[in-house]
Amino acid sequence: MSWGPLWLSFQIALTATAVTLIVGTSLALLLNWKRLPGRDLIDALISAPLVLPPTVLGYYLLVLVGNNSAVSDVWKSLFGGRTIIFNFEGAVLAAAVGSLPLVVRSIRIGLDSIDPNLISAARTLGASPLRVILTVVLPLAAPGIIAGAMLGFARSLGDYGATLMVAGSRIGGTSPASIYIMDQMLGGHDENVFGMALATTVLGVVLLYFANKLTRRMHVHRI
Amino acid sequence: MSGLDAKLALRRGEFQLDLELHCPPGITCVMGPSGSGKSTILALLAGLAQPDQGRIALDGQVWFDRTTKVDVPTHRRRLAYVFQNLALFPHMNAIHNVTYGMPRELQKPERVARAEQLLGKLGVGHLAHRRPRTYSGGEAQRVALARAIARSPQLVLLDEPFSALDRELKRQLIELVRTEVAQLGVPLVHVTHSVAEARALADQVVRIERGAVVATGAPADVLANITSLDD
Repeated sequence: MSWGPLWLSFQIALTATAVTLIVGTSLALLLNWKRLPGRDLIDALISAPLVLPPTVLGYYLLVLVGNNSAVSDVWKSLFGGRTIIFNFEGAVLAAAVGSLPLVVRSIRIGLDSIDPNLISAARTLGASPLRVILTVVLPLAAPGIIAGAMLGFARSLGDYGATLMVAGSRIGGTSPASIYIMDQMLGGHDENVFGMALATTVLGVVLLYFANKLTRRMHVHRI
Repeated sequence: MSGLDAKLALRRGEFQLDLELHCPPGITCVMGPSGSGKSTILALLAGLAQPDQGRIALDGQVWFDRTTKVDVPTHRRRLAYVFQNLALFPHMNAIHNVTYGMPRELQKPERVARAEQLLGKLGVGHLAHRRPRTYSGGEAQRVALARAIARSPQLVLLDEPFSALDRELKRQLIELVRTEVAQLGVPLVHVTHSVAEARALADQVVRIERGAVVATGAPADVLANITSLDD
């Protein structure tokens, strides 16, 4: 059995997590702004990947970043004609969009746990809105952000449907772990299916175990 | 004009606030029963909430004026606000809490030295590198006061920060506040429902009921024959 699929899935999940952390934190901060127009609608749109069938999500992404789209044209002009779909970028996009609702929800829980008086105190002590976010809000929401990152990573690691539609079954000659498992099962290679399933499970569980420990430690330190 | 001048009008459902305050340098105690609007006044003065109508000026400098649409954001109002729960940053040690609001023009070593000096002066120098979860109630109050004073504010707002303390500790902290405010020479607005606290601390007392001022003057006049606001 080759470890290539697991390594590829790890790289996709890691890159997708980095993207969702930046986008998810920004969206969570925006959604916590109570006077945001259309707040509930934006919240529902961000959460949609949780309830949409993966094929529907994959279809929307294909429409958005497919080879005939404006987004694809811009991407190709920036990166020497490289397309988003059927590439590493497509797999990252599919994984990131699928995990974004989990990341945003987790970060929002972290933000909601902050005593509003701490934010008011920072403002009365002369901190600009950006300084309040960087020095008070984000450090205190860190457990939620880390938990969100770990959940997002685990979700990205196992993405199948949308990844298959946007990135295809092979990226640079290698399949991501979830697609590799399906291929091997259809081919009757049960030993490869077992090995990859076990490796993916161990990786996911170990990461979540350390994420839980880290989150608990941070909670203890901030009380 | 010297001191704080505020005209505030606010209506939120059943709650209504409509009053004028003049607070000269020194300590003004705003007193009233629970729900009378004491904490709302502080929030409006700090810019954490906006009055429907009104004007706030400090030493002639306008912070808020609904008519001329002036609204200086909270972080540009040079004030110090000690919250009822103190709101010390739990992820920062005492030094970082105290230096947080200091003028950014000061170099970091200067800020740290000033914070250490202030903490020492308030008797909590030993907490410099410890986080708030390790402080006792009285220690936390002192660090919060140090953080407020360190900012060299033009206005100090206290929202019942002594309410949970025993009598002796309260007396010590009242003395500390009196000394520090005298040195700063700025108005301090102290919200409380404790008559004893107001007698011990105030240069001026403003009594409010249901969002309106019912008496203003020296503590001996306003609080004569009153032992409790429930009387």
